[in-house]
Order: sequence, then structure tokens, then C-alpha cells
Amino acid sequence: MSAVREETDRKIDELLGTFPRKGSALLPALFLIQEEKGFISPDSMEYVAGKLDVSPVFVAGVVSFYTMFYTRPVGRHHIQICRTLACALRGCRSVLAHLEQRLGVGAGETTPDGKFSLEAVECLGACDKAPLIQINGEEYELLDPKKVDEVLDRLE
Amino acid sequence: MASEPLLLKNVGIADSWTIDSYLKSGGYEGLKRVLREFEPEAFATEVKNAGLRGRGGAGFPTGVKWGFLPKNKDKPRYLCVNADESEPGTFKDRLLIEENPHLVLEGIIASCFAIECHTAFFYIRGEFHKGYRIFKRAVEEAYEKGLLGKNIQKSGFDLDVILYRGAGAYICGEETALLESLEGKRGLPRLKPPFPALVGLYGCPTIINNVETLANVTLIAERGAEWYASLGRPPKNTGPKLYCVSGHVKKPGVYEAELGIPLMELINERAGGMLHADRPLKAVVPGGSSMKILPASKCDVLMDFDSLMEAGSMLGSAGVMVMDSGTCMVQALLNLARFYAHESCGQCTPCREGTGWLVKILERLESGNGAESDVDLLSDVARKVEGHTICPFGEAIAWPVQSYAAVFRDEYLEHVKRRGCPVGGPSLV
Repeated sequence: MSAVREETDRKIDELLGTFPRKGSALLPALFLIQEEKGFISPDSMEYVAGKLDVSPVFVAGVVSFYTMFYTRPVGRHHIQICRTLACALRGCRSVLAHLEQRLGVGAGETTPDGKFSLEAVECLGACDKAPLIQINGEEYELLDPKKVDEVLDRLE
Repeated sequence: MASEPLLLKNVGIADSWTIDSYLKSGGYEGLKRVLREFEPEAFATEVKNAGLRGRGGAGFPTGVKWGFLPKNKDKPRYLCVNADESEPGTFKDRLLIEENPHLVLEGIIASCFAIECHTAFFYIRGEFHKGYRIFKRAVEEAYEKGLLGKNIQKSGFDLDVILYRGAGAYICGEETALLESLEGKRGLPRLKPPFPALVGLYGCPTIINNVETLANVTLIAERGAEWYASLGRPPKNTGPKLYCVSGHVKKPGVYEAELGIPLMELINERAGGMLHADRPLKAVVPGGSSMKILPASKCDVLMDFDSLMEAGSMLGSAGVMVMDSGTCMVQALLNLARFYAHESCGQCTPCREGTGWLVKILERLESGNGAESDVDLLSDVARKVEGHTICPFGEAIAWPVQSYAAVFRDEYLEHVKRRGCPVGGPSLV
């Protein structure tokens, strides 16, 4: 039994032929699996290891190295706030404090209903838009507590 | 020196990222000229003569780097574009990718022609979701117009460009970590030598160039080395540059100027001056978080590779972080130390352990529990990390630590004496 949907399996097969060496397909394959499942489970690691002829523990090592691969489910809305210096100079601490208060969880946690995950991340490379958050990859810039509320109010 | 925008020429006009918009403003004419008029080696020499220095951080001459490729061609050779922009305070490549992708792509094609490479990889930071979508589309458009693929513009030159997304790791901006990542591994930097030009991706000769560097190659393709070499501060600091200004200024943003614009002109005229009228300039990090900090008294400096080196810092990635008098220098450094502790790949003991120790010492000072000896301990730890690691990450943490603790030594000692922060600005940690 395959650990992923047929379509994902097919896309991963395509990836194997995209690169001069098939090992390069690992990161994009992990992104595909995560897109389908929301995170990367031990089963998924074993599955992708089989596809690439590497050991599951090698895959686990790669997954744990990169911050964008998750080994646990994250909330429907994954809020990532930049905490590094340029954002800090523009007041990201007060935006983070507001998010923690409004959501009732701290950075690194998920709300009990699974709706929101809050994460403080390192420099997102958009320091001219500080303070800034990404929600599921979409950017919201030049934030203050009021604008944060407007953004969150629109999310179901 | 209010010169015409070159790198940002199309930025701000409608649909600037589409090939139609780019072609309308004369795009790809430079590449066509190169394919028509140059032999590969002659164009590589042209780039060398232009004096272009890498815009990723080290400032190494691009044409010289290309010259390190082996003469024999028994193995495939690769170009890897470093679009893993992650240095805190830096956001210029993101702008080029999102707003002017074809300027970058044209430079990639011309560069691959020069180094006789037929497969280029575009390694883009995983967090750049929008940039990835835009650049992917740009590559598709270029294939549709016969600017990529087989026999480009009937020149006989073939090139494929493959996009590759990073997955969240600052260290993958280091060129050999980037190669490891591109091979589907943990991004652990490699020992050099051998250098990537000889043994790089899949063990083959590889050149790694930054996004902005390649955009500059397009300008050289368009107008030639002689013109390019007249811009900036010749002979060693030539061409236009993108400066990223952030922090306590009225208008943070990316500003283009020829190399050598005065730092204070950048802050006061381009970026609108200080954010708060009652809080004067305290310090500037001129080249991304890894570079040494300049106190306000040393900010009368030109923004080019050699002038900043003389001033005791470096141009680096040209990430200019501006700090006003309300900035606590212990908190600013603690913020960065946490960044480096989080991003250390863990391969070398001095960096893995040293970054953690630096965080602990700084937390002690910040909370008011530090001792006077802690200030010297900071520099001591930094000295033991610097030069003792496989990659320049060791310097990237050692330099800010050494410079903040030396330049603002009195402020650090005040934290000990008062058992707390004497500055009192908004918290940075």
C-alpha cells in the first residue's frame, strides 16, 4: 500500500527524472508529501526513502534539518512572524504579544481547535515591510495590533 | 549622483515581471548581442574587464571566479544561482525575482553561454513563495520564446534552467551547503579545497553566483564592459548596486545607486531620514547582520567594497540596518545571537557550542545578572569561534559580537553596573 495518493506518487516519479541525479528529488518530494498530508510522518519518510533508494533514517535527518518540514500537524492557518533584528527594530515584539494574547497560545503552539498555529521564525527577507507575518505563505506587512486583528477577522 | 535606474529599470511599471513587458523595454537585446558577436571565452573576458564583483557578500570578481573552471570539458558543468537570500537585513534579490525576473534570467543565460554550461539550477529560498511562482512563470515564458531550450536564437547554444526550492535553512546560502541541499541532503558546508569550480554539484565543475550578480551580467551584455567599468568608483568598485535599508528610517526599501554612494545620503535622502525626530542615529550595520557595526561617528563612509573595509566593516549583502538612540545594543546582539544559534548547522563544535554560549552570556547581561568579566568573555568566545569552522558562519557570528561589545563597551558595562538596561527603548528580544 502506498503511503500517498496516486497523484502524489506519480508526481514524485516524474521528479526522479527531472534531475541529473535522483537524490536531488528528495526536497521537492517532501514538499509534495507535505502538501498532501500537512506534515511528514515516519510512514511517509519510509515511503519516500524507498522511492529514492536511501535509508529512512537519511530522510529523517533531512526532514529534521529544514525548518519548513513539519513532523506534526500544524493549524489550518499557520502564522509565522519574523522575530529577527530588522523586524524587532520596527516593533515585532508587540505584534507577537498581541497574537499570543488573541489566540491564547504561545509561539510554537497550536490552538486546541486546530485552527491556528503560531510560530516565531527567523528573518523572512522582507525587512522593508517590517513587522511582517506569513500565513500559509501569504505575506501581511507593516503590521500593528489593529491590522493583525483585521487580518485574523477575515480568516475562518 | 542621481543616475538612471539600471537594475530596477522595469520595477514599478505594470506587469514588470512578464516577458512582454520586459521585451518592450529592450529586454534580451543584450543576450542576442552576446550570442551574435561573442565567443564564450570572449564574453567571460568582457565580464572580467567590467570589474563586476559578486553581489552575494564576499565581493569576489565574477570573471575571475569563472576562470577557475577546468579547461577540459569531459564532465558537465553547472551554474547554480544562489537565490537563497537569508542574511538578516537583506531583501534585494527578492525584489529582483518578484519584479524584474527576466533581467536575472537574461544574465543567467548569458553567463551560462560564457562558461559553456547547459544546465543551470535556480536555488530559491523556500519562504519566497511569490518569488518562486513568478520566476517559474518567467522560465516558462523564456522557453516559449525560444530563449531557453535547444539552439537558443539559432546560436547552437542549449540551456535548461531548473528551479529548486530551499526548505528553511540560512546556512544553505553558503555555496557548498547550497550544493549539498541541491543534492537532496542536509545543508552541511563542505571543506574547501576542492573548490566548487573543480568539484561542485554531483562532483562536477560548478559556478555559484548570486541573483544580483547575474542581473549585472545582463547590463554588461547590453552595454559592454567599458561603459560598465565607468560606473561607481573605478577601477575596483564598479557598477550599480542595490542597497536594502531597514530599521529606524522613514522609508525602508531597496535603493539603487552606483557603488560608492555615501551612507548618510542613503539614509537621509533616499530612505527619508530617521524615523523619530527626537531619536538621532546611534549605529548602522552596513552589510547584513554578519558584518561589523559602525557607530554614528563612523557613518561618514562610502558604500562600496573597499571603503567599508577601510572603515572596519564590509559591504557584505548591502543590508543596511539603521538603529536610533533608543536601541539597546545588548538586546540587538542577543536578538542576532539567537538567530545564529538557531541557524548553526551543528557540524563544527566551536560554532555549534559557541553560539549557544554567546546567547547565555548575553541573556545574563540583558537580564541584569551579568558580571563585568562577561563583556570580555563575549569577545573571548567569539575569538575562539572565528577561523575555527569549515565555513564563514563562524566569522558571521564572531564579527558582530566582537564589534558590538567593543564599540559599545561602556553600554555593556552599564548593564552590569545598573543591573539592567540603561537605554530603555522598546524590547528587541
